[in-house]
Amino acid sequence: MNHVTAALRTAKARLVVIGNGMAGMRTVEEILNRAPDKYDITVFGAEPRVNYNRIMLSPLLSGEKDFDEIVINSPEWYTENNIHLYSGDPVIKIDRDRKVVISKSGTETEYDQLLLATGSDPIIIPVPGHKLDGVVTFRDVDDVDTMLGAAAKGGPAVVIGGGLLGLEAAVGLQSRGMDVTVLHLAGHVMERQLDPSAGYLLAQELERRGITVITEADTAEIVGSEHVTGVRLKDGRMIPADLVVMAVGIRPNGRLAADAGVAVERGIVVDDVMTTSDPAIFAVGECVQHRGQCYGLVAPLFEMAKSLADHMAEIETDGYTGSVTSTKLKVTGVDVFSAGDFSGGGETEEIVFRDAGRGVYKRIVLEDGKIKGAVLYGDTSDGGWYFQLMKDGEDVTELRDTLAFGQAFAAGSSGNPLDAVAALPDDAEICGCNGVCKGSIVAAISEKSLTTLDEVKGHTKASASCGSCSGLVENLLAATLGGDYQAATVKPICTCTDHDHDSVRRLIIAKNLKSMPAVMQELEWKSSDGCHVCRPALNYYLLAAWPGEYVDHGASRFINERVHANIQKDGTYSVIPRMWGGLTNPRELRAIADVADKFEIPTVKVTGGQRIDLLGVKKEDLPAVWADLNAAGMVSGHAYGKSLRTVKSCVGQEWCRFGTQMSMGMAVELEKMTWGSWMPHKFKMAVSGCPRNCAEATIKDFGVVATDGGWDLHVGGNGGIHVRATDLLCKVTSDDEVKEYCGAFIQLYREEARYLERTAPWIERVGLKHVQERVVDDEANRKALFERFMISQKTAQIDPWAERASEGVDAHEFTPLSMVAAE
Amino acid sequence: MSNTLTWVEVGPAANIPQQGARTLQTETDRIAIFRTLDDQIFALLDRCPHKQGPLAQGIVHGHFVTCPLHNMVFSLETGETQGPDDGCAAKVECQVIDGIVRVGLTELQAGLRHAG
Ligand SMILES: Cc1cc2nc3c(=O)[nH]c(=O)nc-3n(C[C@H](O)[C@H](O)[C@H](O)COP(=O)(O)OP(=O)(O)OC[C@H]3O[C@@H](n4cnc5c(N)ncnc54)[C@H](O)[C@@H]3O)c2cc1C
Ligand code: SF4
Ligand code: FES
Repeated sequence: MNHVTAALRTAKARLVVIGNGMAGMRTVEEILNRAPDKYDITVFGAEPRVNYNRIMLSPLLSGEKDFDEIVINSPEWYTENNIHLYSGDPVIKIDRDRKVVISKSGTETEYDQLLLATGSDPIIIPVPGHKLDGVVTFRDVDDVDTMLGAAAKGGPAVVIGGGLLGLEAAVGLQSRGMDVTVLHLAGHVMERQLDPSAGYLLAQELERRGITVITEADTAEIVGSEHVTGVRLKDGRMIPADLVVMAVGIRPNGRLAADAGVAVERGIVVDDVMTTSDPAIFAVGECVQHRGQCYGLVAPLFEMAKSLADHMAEIETDGYTGSVTSTKLKVTGVDVFSAGDFSGGGETEEIVFRDAGRGVYKRIVLEDGKIKGAVLYGDTSDGGWYFQLMKDGEDVTELRDTLAFGQAFAAGSSGNPLDAVAALPDDAEICGCNGVCKGSIVAAISEKSLTTLDEVKGHTKASASCGSCSGLVENLLAATLGGDYQAATVKPICTCTDHDHDSVRRLIIAKNLKSMPAVMQELEWKSSDGCHVCRPALNYYLLAAWPGEYVDHGASRFINERVHANIQKDGTYSVIPRMWGGLTNPRELRAIADVADKFEIPTVKVTGGQRIDLLGVKKEDLPAVWADLNAAGMVSGHAYGKSLRTVKSCVGQEWCRFGTQMSMGMAVELEKMTWGSWMPHKFKMAVSGCPRNCAEATIKDFGVVATDGGWDLHVGGNGGIHVRATDLLCKVTSDDEVKEYCGAFIQLYREEARYLERTAPWIERVGLKHVQERVVDDEANRKALFERFMISQKTAQIDPWAERASEGVDAHEFTPLSMVAAE
Repeated sequence: MSNTLTWVEVGPAANIPQQGARTLQTETDRIAIFRTLDDQIFALLDRCPHKQGPLAQGIVHGHFVTCPLHNMVFSLETGETQGPDDGCAAKVECQVIDGIVRVGLTELQAGLRHAG
């Protein structure tokens, strides 16, 4: 046995280090630099090898490095520095009274000073099956060996956890030929380092590489009899797997310390010179908790190592005061950077820069003129610069306008975007879709005396396709023409974007954008989260573009549509059950009366749309009110929605001596066909049984008036502030035609109008002729519009009240919080 | 009356929807507790300074909420209105510890000391 007895070891103080990892050995190196002869050093490492760069496990897994390349200190280094290393022999006990550590092999070693650098343990979520063969964590070389063994056989792998480690594991396994799925609990990957926009870009890149990413994936169990065969999610989905990597987080390893009675909270508690509650015991690295903080990156632990080395070498020191950290993802070809607090809001200002063409996203959060945090995706070259400015607390007010362009720009330019395009070389590509470069655009502008964006489009094709380069083209126009240039006035949706409603609608389809973060990134939104103006519009456009596929985003809807009732001035709500075509019966009336009594509803009123309004309902009562109305067979009247509201009717041929057609029957049929459909704005209809027009159909969005030979169809009426009578769309003869034209007209309005634009201003803008051409003259187009309408109605006609009253949808909306404990 | 706040727990932050809010009825006030897209928690009195609109029912965007009645926009961090409007919504102290939301109430709000 090569145990050296304490007596032989001169008068040097005996330093024992537990943990042969990055923090422990860095501290030893720093001590040797400062006081090479002060300590007699013994190191215990649980792993059977010398110390290596743990960060490089990811390149080791992906095959970009081999083990020799990641070793930090070779066996010779230990010998040369007289360090005694017990590798593969973990310490199992610290006896503080005798100042001795005891290792697994039974070795007892005395110490004068003890250094704990035990790192952390990977967290294992205790779902059923977590002990099966083939379930591994990602922490050390042994884990990598297990993964490589599995990867050699190919097959499917599941990585639980879409954080830094999980994604590095996923990319590594993918490059080793496995079919990888990442399961992530949060709404987007790396949610602690990235905001949703950057997370979206990252997930997109991973998907492009063939890795499946499932967010909001809650693991229920790991399946298999001995060896893992798959992972089942709480929603029932099964994902096959021959290998499961758990990378859900780490926990500071303070077990030994705690057992020995050293103070441990989340980690081993240390002061600014890394001393624990026992003055003879120090701790560094991931195992410690300093000023309430635990760290999981190497930069802080290197700073800790320096402070501790100063202290142990008895050099004057300010001690360790905590670290600001930044992260990068080590995946080749993916550039991600984040630092500081990038959540933003309130007193902070955010600068958002998106370049959809290059897949670049940058967000810099400023407070009091200083950088508070940053997220960069796609172009991280300035990460270090921002990080330094942030750590130094530098005032960047002067740089504010050009900060997003980075250090090179800040150093050498005036900050004027026109100078920036002027500085571009002639062969710089401006329009990616059509491959048009700067030189040809500038040439066209001067040679053909072009002065508008449209002319440039016409002559060069630049910005004629997706349009995302139109800003650049305008800058080129301005730079070339100088003072002669007048920018075209498109009215953006709101200050979050330069796009107007029409181009957003067009680009959602053209670029196949199916989610809010996708739209905001690809269309270069200037805020991270939109606002109350653009979010509801985007939600509608997505819903209209992808019926049955896009999942409605409740938080982007106005309160009325979120709770399916109208908010009134005192914060109570009003509820209107649907009465098809304005018809009701004693049973429904009785149910309404009972509800009004039971919930002490103060006002019951007949509306302008021939429905009954119950006013003054408390929000908490809404689900119960609806449950009672549902029980009597009534559904939501959508009287609160940007949607089909009512179809008014007169008594028609059914009862009226003048009636020429069955107006009540037609009204009921139209309402049953169209209810539940979301639209750019509220939409009202009416059916009159003869030209006396008792249902006032000529001030409705779609009005139907019976004539002797059939029906007159009217559109674009409005009884609002600016009263507008309808235009006659056309005359039809059969009931089926009424329905087909109605559905086709609604669909055209839904597909073309801007959000919050009613039919009246829409028709005035596009012209009646435009509508007639598409709905009346072009039969094939009418039928196609009608078919699209009916397809989207299949998923739209679900009573929102029934979902909320009995299935508890959005229950949080209706139940207030309560105080659970006070102190 | 002392200025010390009583901290009351109102349950996990996860119970508040992202980009949404829930209310808390105290002895004297209704409080709106918001959760933003970046999972931060803020609280304001659930009463718009304009015409008492219930702020909890507004659209939450960034660290702002838009009142559902007349679209005034308030900062969740300070309660101040944005843009040309005047006024300030009353801020309520709150914090999240280990995922649990705690709201700082005055003694009166918490019902610890009744008038008289
Ligand atoms: C795959 C991977 C990728 C990473 N990528 C990055 C990155 O890109 N950037 C970054 O900053 N950080 C990264 N990290 C984190 C970084 O590796 C850690 O922060 C750092 O290694 C922590 O150092 P440490 O010395 O505290 O712990 P470790 O390096 O884990 O060392 C602790 C050592 O103590 C040993 N030990 C524990 N208990 C005992 C005992 N009782 N007796 C003897 N020995 C014991 C352990 O076996 C271990 O070897 C990554 C980590 C992993 C796993
Ligand atoms: S519109 Fe004609 S059919 Fe209808 S109630 Fe009036 S008069 Fe009678
Ligand atoms: S009540 Fe809030 S804006 Fe009017």
